[in-house]
Amino acid sequence: MKIIILGAGQVGSTAAQQLAREQANDVTVVDTRDDVLRELQDRLDISTVSGNAAHPATLLAAGSKGADLLVALTSSDEVNMIACQIAWTLFRTPTKIARIRSGDYYDRPELFGENAIPVDLAISPEQLVTDYVERLIRYPGALQVLEFAEGRVLLVGMRALKGGKLVGHQLQALRSHIPNREVRVAAIYRGGRSIQPEGDTTIEEHDEVFFVAAREDMRFMMKELSTEEASVRRVVIAGAGNIGFRLAQALEDRVQVKLIERNPERSRRAAETLRNTLVLTGNAADEDLLLEENIDDADAFVAVTNAEEANILSAMLAKKLGARRVMALINKPSYAELMENGPIDIAISPQTVTIGALLEHVRRGDVVRVHSLRRGAAEAMEAIVHTDGRSSPIAGKRIEEIDLPEGTQIGAIVRGSTVIMAHHDTVIEPEDHVILFLSDRRHVEKVGRLFQAGMRA
Amino acid sequence: MNLPMVLRILGLMLLMFSLSMLPPVGVSLGYRDGHAHVFLLSFAVVAAIGFLLWLPVRGVRRDLRLRDGFLVVAVFWLFLALAGATPLLISDAPELSFTDAVFEAVSGFTTTGATVIAGLDALPPSILYYRQQIQWLGGIGIIVLAVALFPVLGIGGMSLYKADTPGPFKDQKLTPRIAQTAKALWGVYAALTAACALCYWFAGMTPFDAIGHAYSTVSTAGFSTHDASLAHFDSAAIDAIATFFMFLGGTSYVLHFVVARGRDPRLYWRDTEFHAYFLLIAAMVGGATLYLWLAGEFESLATSLRHASLQVVSVQTSTGFLTTGFAHWPGPVPAFMMLMTLVCACAGSTSGGMKVIRWIIVSRQGVAELKRLIHPSAEIPVKLGNRPVPQRVIGGVAGFFAMYFIVFAILMFLMMLFGLDQVTAWSAVAATINNVGPGLGEVAWSFGKLPDSAKWVGVIAMLVGRVEIFAIVLLFTPAFWER
Repeated sequence: MKIIILGAGQVGSTAAQQLAREQANDVTVVDTRDDVLRELQDRLDISTVSGNAAHPATLLAAGSKGADLLVALTSSDEVNMIACQIAWTLFRTPTKIARIRSGDYYDRPELFGENAIPVDLAISPEQLVTDYVERLIRYPGALQVLEFAEGRVLLVGMRALKGGKLVGHQLQALRSHIPNREVRVAAIYRGGRSIQPEGDTTIEEHDEVFFVAAREDMRFMMKELSTEEASVRRVVIAGAGNIGFRLAQALEDRVQVKLIERNPERSRRAAETLRNTLVLTGNAADEDLLLEENIDDADAFVAVTNAEEANILSAMLAKKLGARRVMALINKPSYAELMENGPIDIAISPQTVTIGALLEHVRRGDVVRVHSLRRGAAEAMEAIVHTDGRSSPIAGKRIEEIDLPEGTQIGAIVRGSTVIMAHHDTVIEPEDHVILFLSDRRHVEKVGRLFQAGMRA
Repeated sequence: MNLPMVLRILGLMLLMFSLSMLPPVGVSLGYRDGHAHVFLLSFAVVAAIGFLLWLPVRGVRRDLRLRDGFLVVAVFWLFLALAGATPLLISDAPELSFTDAVFEAVSGFTTTGATVIAGLDALPPSILYYRQQIQWLGGIGIIVLAVALFPVLGIGGMSLYKADTPGPFKDQKLTPRIAQTAKALWGVYAALTAACALCYWFAGMTPFDAIGHAYSTVSTAGFSTHDASLAHFDSAAIDAIATFFMFLGGTSYVLHFVVARGRDPRLYWRDTEFHAYFLLIAAMVGGATLYLWLAGEFESLATSLRHASLQVVSVQTSTGFLTTGFAHWPGPVPAFMMLMTLVCACAGSTSGGMKVIRWIIVSRQGVAELKRLIHPSAEIPVKLGNRPVPQRVIGGVAGFFAMYFIVFAILMFLMMLFGLDQVTAWSAVAATINNVGPGLGEVAWSFGKLPDSAKWVGVIAMLVGRVEIFAIVLLFTPAFWER
């Protein structure tokens, strides 16, 4: 697939890196900054074009003739929209994805379409991150909560902690612990390395466990892995930018929210719009302010300012002062790796969250949902077993008969409106939605082939 | 330094190179010249060494850094010199010393075309074919071929490609994937070679000579299968074909590809470097033709044109085919032609020298400095085709010039130290470092008479010139080895 990425910022360069890793993709990145492009081209097997992303000449030089996908990720919403418009009008680029940050545009879906601005998918990283954080707060204890099949199936990653009923036991004990509830463990990471989960695998403390379950069964499984977590009642958010503001808006009706913002102008505006949130003007890394606001009673502290270093510091401080769970928005993958599971409970990486939404459109039509995990090393996806005339190689087969690459697990199957947990003898039928977990992302292409009609396994 | 990965790639590339010993086996069997065992043995030796390098580190998968790329390129050229010399050393015809075998192999791979062998016409066809083939493999670059064939190299491929392609703009990529770019270049290269071979054949060469000479024409190398070089055929048609394809070989293959993709020959003319290259060749051919005719070297203007154009293009593109030879020509012509090999042809071509584009940049920079003397506060960018040249590139070119002349001087002094006279010494260095082949004085036709020590200096000059100085000199800087 020929892909043009406009903008070599954090999300743009991460997208280029992830997409170029698949041999089938030819990636060209456009940006105005020569030095950034040079650095990127030294690191990745891509080509780069320097110039204004919205100018027809630049788009032409980037190979818009014959491109399959345009991803506009520049920092300006307007440039992104115009670039999509030009790519469509001049070059008939079939798929155009644009990052739209401003809620003013994003909240009016009628703006985007055939007869309006030709953007096939408007991505708002801020909205995606907000949803992501909101799910983490709703499921205390989870490191990651991802939705499949319109939210009926969840994939949850958690750390096994002392006190969890399953910790120290073999996986097969699960059936007697929670009868009548079906849960499937998709992957276990121990000390950063993936272990194939089998019936006799023993869960140890500190293991990172990924499991798939229907939404209603989720809570039972979470109790198996850690002590019962009191539900979240008090949340402190640092930063009233796009994400912080939206998050407060989403949470304020259910829990107590305190929003700390340094800029008085911004905090005043946030206070005017929000109804149940206490907006505080001040520095989130100010110990006195945090203590004053009972940080030791907070169930969750979320640092989402624009400055990642400030996020890290204030989250560490909050943790030290007694906040139960702290999360920080961290752009740099190296920082995230350093901080997570150390002083900070969860590192929120906007790129990883955004990439999943992008990947859904890059993969063939059989893939409807993709989530990038563990900073792009693993992946979870939902794919449809298509039939159109000739059947895909896995239709009609039992799961144990399918030749899956190493580290790949089928977690669940959604058939019509029912959710079926995968067993070795479950038979896959045409039009099933299959939810897979790939602990090694390099097998993505091999797995994708299983779902294409007319291919042999 | 990522040594296991470097070894793995070197092993793979040697394995790949060992396959090139097999076509000569076919030639040998076809002509029944009794030398098949030479190439089978060489194949076994080179493949075994490659396999042994690769075996212990076959599982290593890591990205190649830029620094590793330079190391791979430099070491691989060293390996090529030795591996390529193997059949020449084993064979009893010609009877070559170790020095001569290495010199001949390096001369082939670097597309220099300077030979130390006398009595080519009596050699077995398989040996002759092998000599032609190594030039062809060396032309656009055997490392570029490896990048095209092993997509596993991925990002590492880019660093290899950068370390091995000539010219000041190494970041240019034709296609998003480096492997595709490498394939595209080889595609153009192979197509040109096939066209050239067909033309030679129609003009009256035997198929064997046609293929052999097409190899050395398009790669602008210059080995012939006959002692008399192109004079053996004594055909104006063959001279014209050779001139035409040498000229194309001296043109950037990137440009060839762009023209082929755009299906628009006018794109050639819009390229600043090609423009200058064409005018330079035209002016030199015109000047030499007139001078030689007026000086009475040739009877008619037509004969003068035929020989002047072939010799000028042959030397300027760093090929080194000879018809009449040029060392004995009257007046300033031989010295001028030899001096102009410092310019040679286009970046991204198979030619040697410092490349037309670098001379354009340096001369425009010189003009800009002159203007700055008159208008001290003027903003005077150096431009190529209406686009400003980045300051980094100008600095790089200036550094390259300095390095080139320093290395040139050192090698020339060494040549003189080993007993060569002045004219032979400087022309021998110019002929080897610029990958031309024939020089003046004692090296006008062959390097065979030089002492061994001078031949080794020539070997170094050819290698250093082929990788454009930096890639080899870099290995001798302490900074490269610092952690």
